[in-house]
Amino acid sequence: MGRLILNRLAASAFSLAFVVVTIFAITAALPGDVADTLLGQSATREATAALRHAMGLDQPAWVRFGRWVWGMLHADPGRSLMTGRPVAELVGPRLYNSLLLAAATAAVSVPVSLVLGLACTMARGTLFDRVVTLLMLGTVSVPVFLIATVAVFVFAVQFHVAPALADINAVHSPLQFIRVFLMPVVALAGATTAQMSRMIRACLIDVFSAPWIEMAVLKGVAPVRIVLFHALPNAIGSVVNAIALSLSSLLGGVVVVETVFNYPGMAGLMVDSVAARDVPVVQCCALIFCVAYLSLTTLADIVAAASTMRGRAH
Amino acid sequence: MGMSLAGAARRGAAFAARLAPGPRRALALLAFWFVIAIVGPLLAPHAPGEIVDRDVFAGFSARHWLGTDYLGRDLGSRLLWAVRYTVLICTLSTLLSCGFGIMLGIAATAMSVWVERVLGRLMDGLLSIPSLLFALLVIAAAGESVPALILTMGVIYMPGSYRTSRALALRIAQADYVMAALARGEGRIFVILREILPNMTGPLLSDIGLRFVYAVLLLSNLSFLGLGVQPPLVDLGSLVRENVLGMVYGAPAVVVPTIVLALLTVGLNFALDRQRP
Amino acid sequence: MTHMISVRGLHVVGRRGDGGEVPIVRDVSLEARRGEVLALVGESGSGKTTIALALMGYARAGCRISGGAIAVAGHRVDQMDAGELRSFRGRTISYVAQNAGSAFNPALTLHQQVIEPALAHWVLPRRDAERRAIELFRAMALPHPETIGARYPHQLSGGQLQRLMAAMALITEPEVVVFDEPTTALDVTTQIEVLEAFRTVLVHRGITGIYVTHDLAVVAQVADRAVVLRHGAVCESGDTPEVLARPRTPYTRELVAACHLPVRPKGLDPAVDAASGTAPEPVLTLSDIVVGYGRVDANGLPAHRILDGIDLSVTRGRTLGIIGESGCGKSTLARASAGLQPPAAGTVRFRGETLAGRVARRTPEQRRRVQIVAQNADLVLNPAWTVGAILERVLRFFHNLRGAVARAEALRLLDIVQLPHAVFDRRPPELSGGQKQRVNFARALAARPELVLCDEITAALDPVVAAAILTLMSDLQETLGLSCIFITHDLHALRAVCDRVAVLLGGHVVEQCDAAALMRGAHHPYTRLLVSSVPEMRPGWLDEVVAQRSAAAAPFVPTAVGEGCPFVSRCVTRIAGVCERVRPPVVATADGGRIACHLPPGDLPVLAPGNSTIDA
Repeated sequence: MGRLILNRLAASAFSLAFVVVTIFAITAALPGDVADTLLGQSATREATAALRHAMGLDQPAWVRFGRWVWGMLHADPGRSLMTGRPVAELVGPRLYNSLLLAAATAAVSVPVSLVLGLACTMARGTLFDRVVTLLMLGTVSVPVFLIATVAVFVFAVQFHVAPALADINAVHSPLQFIRVFLMPVVALAGATTAQMSRMIRACLIDVFSAPWIEMAVLKGVAPVRIVLFHALPNAIGSVVNAIALSLSSLLGGVVVVETVFNYPGMAGLMVDSVAARDVPVVQCCALIFCVAYLSLTTLADIVAAASTMRGRAH
Repeated sequence: MGMSLAGAARRGAAFAARLAPGPRRALALLAFWFVIAIVGPLLAPHAPGEIVDRDVFAGFSARHWLGTDYLGRDLGSRLLWAVRYTVLICTLSTLLSCGFGIMLGIAATAMSVWVERVLGRLMDGLLSIPSLLFALLVIAAAGESVPALILTMGVIYMPGSYRTSRALALRIAQADYVMAALARGEGRIFVILREILPNMTGPLLSDIGLRFVYAVLLLSNLSFLGLGVQPPLVDLGSLVRENVLGMVYGAPAVVVPTIVLALLTVGLNFALDRQRP
Repeated sequence: MTHMISVRGLHVVGRRGDGGEVPIVRDVSLEARRGEVLALVGESGSGKTTIALALMGYARAGCRISGGAIAVAGHRVDQMDAGELRSFRGRTISYVAQNAGSAFNPALTLHQQVIEPALAHWVLPRRDAERRAIELFRAMALPHPETIGARYPHQLSGGQLQRLMAAMALITEPEVVVFDEPTTALDVTTQIEVLEAFRTVLVHRGITGIYVTHDLAVVAQVADRAVVLRHGAVCESGDTPEVLARPRTPYTRELVAACHLPVRPKGLDPAVDAASGTAPEPVLTLSDIVVGYGRVDANGLPAHRILDGIDLSVTRGRTLGIIGESGCGKSTLARASAGLQPPAAGTVRFRGETLAGRVARRTPEQRRRVQIVAQNADLVLNPAWTVGAILERVLRFFHNLRGAVARAEALRLLDIVQLPHAVFDRRPPELSGGQKQRVNFARALAARPELVLCDEITAALDPVVAAAILTLMSDLQETLGLSCIFITHDLHALRAVCDRVAVLLGGHVVEQCDAAALMRGAHHPYTRLLVSSVPEMRPGWLDEVVAQRSAAAAPFVPTAVGEGCPFVSRCVTRIAGVCERVRPPVVATADGGRIACHLPPGDLPVLAPGNSTIDA
């Protein structure tokens, strides 16, 4: 058991190392120098070289890499190329906003997905199940921006229940909180719930087709007890995995949704920085996202392993 | 020539007939979109950049069947070009990712344990970077050129294809008929090409279809963010982006590309879906 | 009320992929009196399990009870709603599933599951239910009845789980118990104990039983009456002795005949060789073969051994049978001989030539001479190839035959295995199990081999089809002069095709003898146990065996350590202090057998000829 967790952590550590190297390699080693971009094509060669030197870009890649990693370890991701402000100052408050959005989305989508997944499994093959399954498949199949635009169209343009752009500074009461968060969360939770409930349904159906479920039915056990006592203990591992995977795929959604609603989160910052080629900010945001993603999947794997070991550990 | 073409068509039809209904439907749909992508722009009445009307966000009319966009360009023509770019870019990137993924995945069954383990770790590492994030990183560094987009999406979806095809190949390699071939003394290449590969086609086609859908979703999201296909080129995502203001008027310029995009992805996903009760 | 169970005109339909419905059970009527055991007999696809489940008002996913009246213990099952069904199932009628290994929830203790029906139906308070469970465990002759319930399913053996499942079925003292092939997945030596436990509780408690099985010999032991099913309809029914002794319909006669396989004619006796003046020439010789996995020790031997010190040889033109229970290493033996699982030690020789352990290192000629015919015909033929392509590939590979010549030869091979030429253009998924196994044979023959390794070739087939395959194999072997290794767990099949027999246990050969001598004379104690455990198709056989065994019951002992005899823990004649430590010496017997046992030859258990009626 302990060994299993250690193995998983080791694998995650390797992935983390890989991610760190890859992020740096892509942003620093590919053609397209920041100095060129900053000064534009009309700049003289001397000016570009001077700027390069000033930014430390003329040093070998491994020195820059070492400096970057060292900075990251000390919570110092460097300075933004565009604004000149420390990246930490830019990212900090926006990270908080993004976490808030993610938490609100998770709080909505996890319970809803569990209920939907369970309901579909219990009512498997009925009209309800088919309609829900098709709806979810449809939702999974369209890009997130489409869901976001439809949400804007319905809530802001047609019914005027929520502002089209999220203004987080206007939040002073719970009602305002709901109004401001309504659309980003609806859009994000819509996409996440579709994915999550599909995966949960698949896990549960897998468990429900086991011979011991049929045995429980033939013993005359009540359906509620079959679900809670027989199915869930065996499904927990895969369900937790499904939740973690869909939550981490939420990352892609966050990027789009924050941009559409002009929500002041980290993903929005990252998109702006990408457009502006502001590499230090991009690197920092990417690393934070990847660490979040990795921790989520690692945690899920450990929970899943622990839950399957329980019955077999004796 | 005609004879061999007819023969190829017959063999193709026989092959399709043996496929499971899922991959078969998906294959037909893909073929349909491919034809539109190739033929569509040839039928377009206007050049994609040509401003043909002073009326912007116009509705359906006899002159402009699908109305006009935010600059007064003919939407139908632009849509045909957009479909071409979306379908072709995603096709190329899928060919890239699945081509390499499948080759490596099958080769992994015949590789030494160490090479295979290192390869698997690298793929796991790639998988632990969320796809949109990876794309943003590359775009930040290399810009939004079409070849860069194709290459990036090719890299992003390769590990998934590698994993699927490796798992499939490993499972089939356990089958007794592979054992029988090995016992007979057949070479590795023969075993891979004739014994393993033919039994992977159905599931692999499903996987390729799925990855094509992922690519379309990613490209559209990127273009919608303004970080994908750049003007004067146009794809479905950027078509929605540039006309998004028309939503207030319910203009066809934003509604129609949205529907076409949904038709493309939802249709393929429905065809491929195995999760039926 | 005259009948405990009465079914009139039962119809069950299944949904097809295109939405249409196909009948699975058609117009079945049957009844059983109180305290009677009724057997539902049939091959796969006969609808026997579907009927048994219908008695509980249950149809599997995709199926539907579409008509008929089902009455069980005075209840009209077909008219119950969901709530009534729930309080009926597990209370009035309970179910013992085919594979207890998968029918128990892996995440719950056995106790939780065994007493669950009693709690769910409010039959007993928890404490009384626990007490009754322990009583039932004891009645089922389970070890450690007080504590066994605290364990999880994966910690117990298949035979123990099957008895626990019966205890679970009986905890509510139901009127009817449905047994769905409860011993099919078990080894023969375990099957006896389980059958005996079932029968005892059924008789003592006056419970009405429905026993679903394909095995007529089991039917003879447990059932008062039998219903023979075919294609979802009743073929024949009546009292068990009557049905088995005087079957009325042709199909039942065929079933009964398949259980009486003719023993291999003894025309190929050593006398023939003696007359021709040549000593029997060994084709394949295995000497001191070790196959295993895990850490390798100083001598290059692995820590976990699947096969350990195997010495065997196959005589030219003969069939060597290898018999043993699941996990004894018999399939590994075939794979090692074919070079698919290289041995860690020992040599494989083919007509004097030493073969490389790995198939890739053998010459094409060496590979051609040894062909393997594997167990699961579903996996052994590539589903993407036509039958013709499969055969032509082998012909081209080994004999460089192409085009019309190859086609003609492939068609000739189809003739040899008695398949119609139409099969040539079909693909394996379109063939039946028996046809696939014939193609499998034809592929092996296409190489024109000298030795064919047959690994459980009939295990997945229904008895009638299996009997035909065995006949075919026997004929081919004689007409083509092939040598064969025939690996099986089925003593009937073994005796039908083999000349010589090796008994495998825990990776060791405990005995070798002539097949003809298997049923008489002195034998290894394990051989004796194995042979006497194979059910015979006559009522009363189980009582005799049980009576014999209980007289010689041995207390449980620790398992073998180091080089000890693999049978020591189950042996009633073991020598304490010796058998569990010292490797048994191999002793030659008078009639050419070799037995690995510490007992002096005079003390070895003897199978009396009258003891067995398998020959009958």
